Amino acid sequence: MQVTSRKFKENAHDAMQDENLRAALGRVKQGFTTARANAAAELPEFEDLRDQSRDIKDHVLENLDYYLEYFERKVIEAGGHVHWCSTAKEARDTILKICRDVDAKTVTKGKSMITEEIGLNKFLESQGVEPIETDLGEYIIQLADEPPSHIIGPAVHKTKEQVTELFHEHHQQYGYTEREEDAEKLVGEARAVLRHKYVTADVGITGANFLVAETGSTAIVTNEGNGDLTQSLAKTHIAVASIEKVIPTLEDVSTVMRVLARSATGQEMSVYTTFSTGPKRSDDIDGPENFHVVLLDGGRSEMIGTELQELLRCIRCGACMNHCPVYHAVGGHSYGWVYPGPIGAALNPQMVGIEEARHLPNASSFCGRCEEVCPVRIPLPKILRFWREKAFEQQIGPKPERWGIEIWGFFAKRPWIYRLMTKAAVRVLKLMSGKKGKIRSLPFNNGWTAVRDLPAPQGATFMEQWKKREGK
Amino acid sequence: MSKPLENVEVALFVTCLVDINRPSVGFAAVKLLEEAGCRVVVPDAQTCCGQPAYNSGDRSSTKDIAKNVIRAFKGYRYVVAPSGSCAGMIKKHYPELFADDPDILLEAEELAARTHELVSFLNDIADFEPDDVKLDKKITYHDSCSSLREMKVKQQPRDLLGEVDDLELIEAEDREACCGFGGTFCIKYSEISEEMVDQKISNLLATKADIVTAGDLGCLMNIAGRLSRKGHKMKVLHIAEILAGMGDKPGIGEGQS
Repeated sequence: MQVTSRKFKENAHDAMQDENLRAALGRVKQGFTTARANAAAELPEFEDLRDQSRDIKDHVLENLDYYLEYFERKVIEAGGHVHWCSTAKEARDTILKICRDVDAKTVTKGKSMITEEIGLNKFLESQGVEPIETDLGEYIIQLADEPPSHIIGPAVHKTKEQVTELFHEHHQQYGYTEREEDAEKLVGEARAVLRHKYVTADVGITGANFLVAETGSTAIVTNEGNGDLTQSLAKTHIAVASIEKVIPTLEDVSTVMRVLARSATGQEMSVYTTFSTGPKRSDDIDGPENFHVVLLDGGRSEMIGTELQELLRCIRCGACMNHCPVYHAVGGHSYGWVYPGPIGAALNPQMVGIEEARHLPNASSFCGRCEEVCPVRIPLPKILRFWREKAFEQQIGPKPERWGIEIWGFFAKRPWIYRLMTKAAVRVLKLMSGKKGKIRSLPFNNGWTAVRDLPAPQGATFMEQWKKREGK
Repeated sequence: MSKPLENVEVALFVTCLVDINRPSVGFAAVKLLEEAGCRVVVPDAQTCCGQPAYNSGDRSSTKDIAKNVIRAFKGYRYVVAPSGSCAGMIKKHYPELFADDPDILLEAEELAARTHELVSFLNDIADFEPDDVKLDKKITYHDSCSSLREMKVKQQPRDLLGEVDDLELIEAEDREACCGFGGTFCIKYSEISEEMVDQKISNLLATKADIVTAGDLGCLMNIAGRLSRKGHKMKVLHIAEILAGMGDKPGIGEGQS
């Protein structure tokens, strides 16, 4: 997808004017946060499970090569194929080749952020293969020709009325000529349209929440069951996943799953949890004839052993964005690349470059709620700060901001000059405020007074007054 | 009743905002600490904890400033700041800052162990309760992010406010959500910050409280500044001022007259 992170401020400005989006984000804020809080409160061992999940993921990252090769061996034993792809391009080409080998015309897709990351849909379309999203949210944004704005609720920014219009526009060809306004009936309409697509698709592509090393299985969790139909009805199933999704055992999957849905939607479990192990065996009643796993590195192996390694623990639950006041204000599209919210702000600079994405780690008040709710305890604020330091080192960002900090730093390191400066500053500000106790505009740096009054200093500084009191 | 900290030396980390903008918070802190029996000293060589530089990515300036603070506060039994944010900087972030500098790390960790946020220090360590303080007002308390999440200050301010005679505490919706201050964030991303502070003040106003309070002056200046810009009359005070019996003095951003 086109990266627009550089224009974060403009994106955010536009987003905050969009009343539909504001209404939608209000629902994210209320719904997801309450649900997660309740789910966490109902499980006494929830905090322990977070620790265990963190430790499992850390163990994997310390032994990534071992578990990936183990996984590959097991996939092959089960009759499947594993394709190792360093880059997005390699992954796209690999997927296209598999599609071409079975002469695929249409491809159904379960929800997958990795296929967003590699821009698969546009690519397949350009090569004459039609991708059809089957997750309802993904289907809606595919019709709208938009990227997802949330990693688990891709169409969370859309209102019901907008969906009515989209379906009306795109479903007339299937005989749905009336505008449908009832939510349940809209779902029914999408379901009926998609049912047909599952059966006729040549290839089904899904993501994977887990790649289970001990069995060579890929696992997905969904609430709609669309993933199951996608991967079992087409003759060829391609699971696309990034390398850090590997996990040692089914037991480990069970542990992480106990925090995944609770953190994401507040459910104890998602409605469907599906494991795929190899193609259809002779005594299976259904399943795909071919089973492929496309493993994407996409810059992740470079993060191992660096300050960014902990980001690879992410299980893509979306809790960080659900609880982020900046995400609540600006929505997912403002971030300008695939991953929004705190995880995007921490990850995207690595993926698209800090120069392009410098706003993302800066646009945070460091409130810390993301880290507070992250099921695998990723220290997101710390990683955002890491990027700020990188940007500062490389002199990326507006010069005046930098000078401001440097000038202030000069004084802060020298207490007695600092004392003189603050003494003077306080008098000037006090004078400017008159008797009102506040200043409505400043001749410089108006980011503060653009939206709020500046409370004026009371008078002499504390240090001055303290000295007097102590009789020094 | 004996006071656990009778005559114990406590160094006050004034914080740059209190020093410049609202010295009355510093004097309220001194009064409270003295009432708790402490002997308060204010080290001369202090300026700021270094957060503006730290959060702007200027690690090298931050380290220099942190070294100043470590030097200035050497040897005191306790270091107390009327701010969760500045105390959190010293307690949580100084050790991280010098993680690869073993000589200073030891001192940073030692300072971190002695450093406390004012309200939790008064409640948990000094065993303090406001005595004979009265304020016949409805109050709502904003949980500042650093106090709440870095310093685990949650129940202590509520307990202490509960000891003020006639004071009624009314809890606001989303009281644990950020007010949009975030240091330089509120200047660099003022439009997003505006959205956040508007959410905050609408929740605060819904309580119909007379006064909003918190333990961090940065948040309070942000909230007061936005309330004032929008023409709302809710009074804004630092919790130290309320506990020290200064609740009837002009609020943040009000004229002294």
